Amino acid sequence: MADLIAKTPLDGIAPVTIGTCTVAEVGLGTLTSIAPYAGAKIADTFKTAHGIAWPAPNRATGKEGARAIWFGRDMVLLAGPEPDKALAKHAALTDQSDAWTAVTLFGPEAEAVLARLIPLDLSAGTFKRGHTARTQIQHMSGSVTRIGADMFLLMVFRSMAGTLLHDLERAMASVAARR
Amino acid sequence: MRVEGKGLIDRTQRLSFRFDGTIYRGFAGDTLASALLANDVRHVARSFKYHRPRGILTAGSEEPNALVTIGEDGATDPNVRATVQELYEGLEARSQNAWPSLGFDLLVINDLAAPFLGAGFYYKTFMWPRAFWEKVYEPFIRRAAGLGALSGEKDADHYEKAYAFCDVLVIGAGPSGLMAAWTAGQAGAQVILVDEDSLMGGRLNAETLTVDGTPGADWADDMVSKLAAMDNVRLMPRVTVTGAHDGGTFGALERVAHHAGAVPKGGVKETFWRIVAKRSILAAGAIERHIAFRNNDRPGIMAAGAVRTYLNRFGVSPGKAVTIFANNDDAHRTAMDLQDAGVHIAAVIDSRKDAQALGDYRLMQSAVVAGADGRRGLEAIRVQTASGSEKIATDCLAVSGGWNPTVHMTCHMNGRPTWDEGIASFVPTPGAIPGMETAGACNGAFSTAACLAAGVAAAKTTLEVLGLAAPDIDIPQADDSPYAIEPLWAVPGNGRAWLDFQNDVSVKDVKQAAQENFASVEHMKRYTTQGMATDQGKNSNVAALALLADATGRGIPETGTTTFRPPYTPVALAALGAGAQGKGFAPERKTTSHAASVAAGAPMIEAGLWYRPSYFPLRDEKTWRQSCDREVGWVRSAVGICDVSTLGKIDIQGPDAAKLLDFVYTNTFSTLKENRVRYGLMLREDGLVMDDGTTARLGENHYVMTTTTAAAGQVMRHLEFVTQALHPEWDVRIMSVTEQWAQFAVAGPQSRELLNGLFDDTIDDSKWPFMSCGLVTVQGVKGRLFRISFSGEHAYELAVPSRYGDSLFRLLVARAEALGGGAYGMEALNVLRIEKGFITHAEIDGRVTAQDIGMERMLSKKKDFIGATMAQRPGLTETGRAQLVGLKPAGPVKQLTAGAHIYADGQEPVAERDQGYVTSVGFSPTLGHFIGLGFVTDGLSRHGDVLNMVDHVRGIQTRVELCDPVFFDPKGERTRG
Repeated sequence: MADLIAKTPLDGIAPVTIGTCTVAEVGLGTLTSIAPYAGAKIADTFKTAHGIAWPAPNRATGKEGARAIWFGRDMVLLAGPEPDKALAKHAALTDQSDAWTAVTLFGPEAEAVLARLIPLDLSAGTFKRGHTARTQIQHMSGSVTRIGADMFLLMVFRSMAGTLLHDLERAMASVAARR
Repeated sequence: MRVEGKGLIDRTQRLSFRFDGTIYRGFAGDTLASALLANDVRHVARSFKYHRPRGILTAGSEEPNALVTIGEDGATDPNVRATVQELYEGLEARSQNAWPSLGFDLLVINDLAAPFLGAGFYYKTFMWPRAFWEKVYEPFIRRAAGLGALSGEKDADHYEKAYAFCDVLVIGAGPSGLMAAWTAGQAGAQVILVDEDSLMGGRLNAETLTVDGTPGADWADDMVSKLAAMDNVRLMPRVTVTGAHDGGTFGALERVAHHAGAVPKGGVKETFWRIVAKRSILAAGAIERHIAFRNNDRPGIMAAGAVRTYLNRFGVSPGKAVTIFANNDDAHRTAMDLQDAGVHIAAVIDSRKDAQALGDYRLMQSAVVAGADGRRGLEAIRVQTASGSEKIATDCLAVSGGWNPTVHMTCHMNGRPTWDEGIASFVPTPGAIPGMETAGACNGAFSTAACLAAGVAAAKTTLEVLGLAAPDIDIPQADDSPYAIEPLWAVPGNGRAWLDFQNDVSVKDVKQAAQENFASVEHMKRYTTQGMATDQGKNSNVAALALLADATGRGIPETGTTTFRPPYTPVALAALGAGAQGKGFAPERKTTSHAASVAAGAPMIEAGLWYRPSYFPLRDEKTWRQSCDREVGWVRSAVGICDVSTLGKIDIQGPDAAKLLDFVYTNTFSTLKENRVRYGLMLREDGLVMDDGTTARLGENHYVMTTTTAAAGQVMRHLEFVTQALHPEWDVRIMSVTEQWAQFAVAGPQSRELLNGLFDDTIDDSKWPFMSCGLVTVQGVKGRLFRISFSGEHAYELAVPSRYGDSLFRLLVARAEALGGGAYGMEALNVLRIEKGFITHAEIDGRVTAQDIGMERMLSKKKDFIGATMAQRPGLTETGRAQLVGLKPAGPVKQLTAGAHIYADGQEPVAERDQGYVTSVGFSPTLGHFIGLGFVTDGLSRHGDVLNMVDHVRGIQTRVELCDPVFFDPKGERTRG
């Protein structure tokens, strides 16, 4: 009998470039939500286990391959490695690897594209590399993180992958049409 | 006519356009209005109510008359003000509100009937007979009174919404706004400078005034270039700030593509911005007001400042022999500018005794214009002086009754402006909008020098609040003439003198309102409709209330103003609703089996935001019922596969996880053994049923809760509320895992047969009894298996990480088909659960108690839970409530319908005798007839009663027998089997 075949939320579509910006699906590896229990001092354990700092609210730490993204009240999303077993003592760990659509949007006009979808000031002076927010992406609840000078990581529920792509393409086309 | 050597237009770029089918020519840089005037087209519109001929009055967004329709079919834009429509090659404009044509409009009959159509006419006349309103009056009024019409087709253009943020928002890019932006920009603030116009500079582009010795327009152009070169300054031309809202948020409409004709591919026609600013500076300028006199609405009678705009910016003189009528010095500049350009000035009529001529033209002091002649275009005016009356031939009368500061934005949060006697107008009340400074003409400072200085001052005040050091700014030298005015609102005399051109309100209407005791300014507004048109009375409000003040013997400040509300100028609903048209209304949620279901021909139906398969038709099936019956049969006799991933799944972990579950469910979960599942019922705080579902215990402190698809969000919110607000001390963590797992029901007598062979280990009743759960390995993938059933059959739900969902669904369906079954959809799922009497939100609609649905014994008496106390309220426990019953046909008519109501047999089916209603129905192929669920008064104890089901909407009457809601396998032997 054939093995089960894994599919990504956008089923591995090729990156889409419109104007100066490109949207591409990214595989972040294992996603684990980490919700520390009452009074847990998780920061040191986390740093020791994964070599990256426990992020403050609205901040993300680490880099490609291993990121810790603040993901809401008392919750951090570890993206990349399997969570260290030592963490389970301090926090509720939940596998979220298949629950999210993750894309990067990059290009010189990425901020202008997102200004059409996200009601936050994402300008470089205010929303710096390593800043993150749980916010609206058009009509979806999502997560946005600046991971480079012209690059953002966007996440919405897996089931909304098509809508996310559609909304991004529409915004990219609008920005491109102004040139 | 075009005037050589004048204007900022590009005479090397000729453009052709059409108005009402006639081809005209203009230049790049023209507006439609300036191009029409250049072609001596004066009559461009018919008025709203009386269909009077109207021409272009102004040169800005305040224009009341010159509304036209641009574009064709789905891209039609009605009510475009010709004064803001930039000209482009091939522009096609049509006049509005005239039939059969602009020149020969039969509905001008309204104008002849005007004595009967004055203020309050509708209120007095159309009171009776009542039936006439809808059938006679309203259609008549709608036909006669109107603006442009929509095409009725789907909008072919795209619109969008966007967000912008800044430290300082400067509204208006005239001399004040430019200096404010420059000052704030030099200090390093993040600045957004917006202006309605395509060309920034405000009145500097419309006047011959100089700044620092250079022409004002050149100075503005230079300043705009300097601002554009600054990284921290963002220029937004063609943007109208439409409203000041809470928290420093401003609505703003950008006209992105109106000036270009066709919207570029992928582009948008308009963008509705929400600009969030720490501080704002309003530099919106001022709007010139008219003077009321007989026939003061004739085409060719224009605002004096607008005449200067057309001359100095567009190189157009609206007339060959121009007269000017004013009560202030400012309007005399119109005479000077026109004379310098070689246009004949027939006379300047000034109402003031001490008026002085500023140049070599004929000045008539203490004189007023008492009337205008010429119907479709001005031919002459009648001037009244102390010594008598004189008729002067003229084709353009430039009128100025003074200037009204544009205070609108400062009133958007319920502030009221302050009367300033010196300029005979209202100025903003400081602090009316938190964080907003006002500068320049909108604040009553009318000279260029004062405006330049005010811009700097407002910026410095703003910078101080922001904690930024104010730079040294040299204020340029400019004209500082005083603003000399004596109020004149209306020239006395017979005949109709117009105030509000867009709604056809005359001086007489305002006086009549006062006479009939509609003396409050808000009452006068509604009685006369003054200020209620799309221009919100920008040209007429102050004059109307001044006349009301006069008529009621009060002062103007005591009379007060009506309320200015957003939007400042009209905003297309397409812009406000941008991104939400059609399917953009909400995100689409698709399950992992979506593609396979669609490929199988399943019609997809919406369940909240989700799309789920309705049924899976086979080739020879002609109706959905055939498919549904077959799918039900598969589940009852073989095995069916259904995607149930849309049900909410909530991961609950922590030492107090069991406490939380015991508190939110009516029954107990702390006693549930690991690897077991229990059905639970959840109440709201008010004691009514909120949701139901199963919760599985995966470990000592680890549960996974299942909610209905519909209430997934509500239950998550409820759990957040309980854990954050009611019991923050509990150590428990919740997380939605709905999207992590693709979950499929495998239901039917062959379900175990199907699953065995799929897992590493075989499953049997001893290891996997009914209501057990645990981990399984499916083709090497770790999954979760739950032995639960929503169909009443021996059934399982198998969950795998979503990436494998598509693959597993196809595999399960293939295996089911090999066993004589296959995929089933929502229709079959519904019939299966009705056969078993299982409830959905059709039954638990938010109004029913646990008792109502026969689940009273699920209310634990051993513990507290949410809703426990309130569920015992007398109204929720006494007899006479509608209770859940099964329904089956008991007469010759066999059809049951959801939504039908239930009445006693033989009684008239009227609301007073209503005994209940039907919530769910389906044709049961298992039983061979329709079955239904419903609620009937005291129904639990009335099984066997025969009642009358009446569907008033569909016209169906069926005798029904009340029965136990569990129609099939009441002992549940198949489920356990």
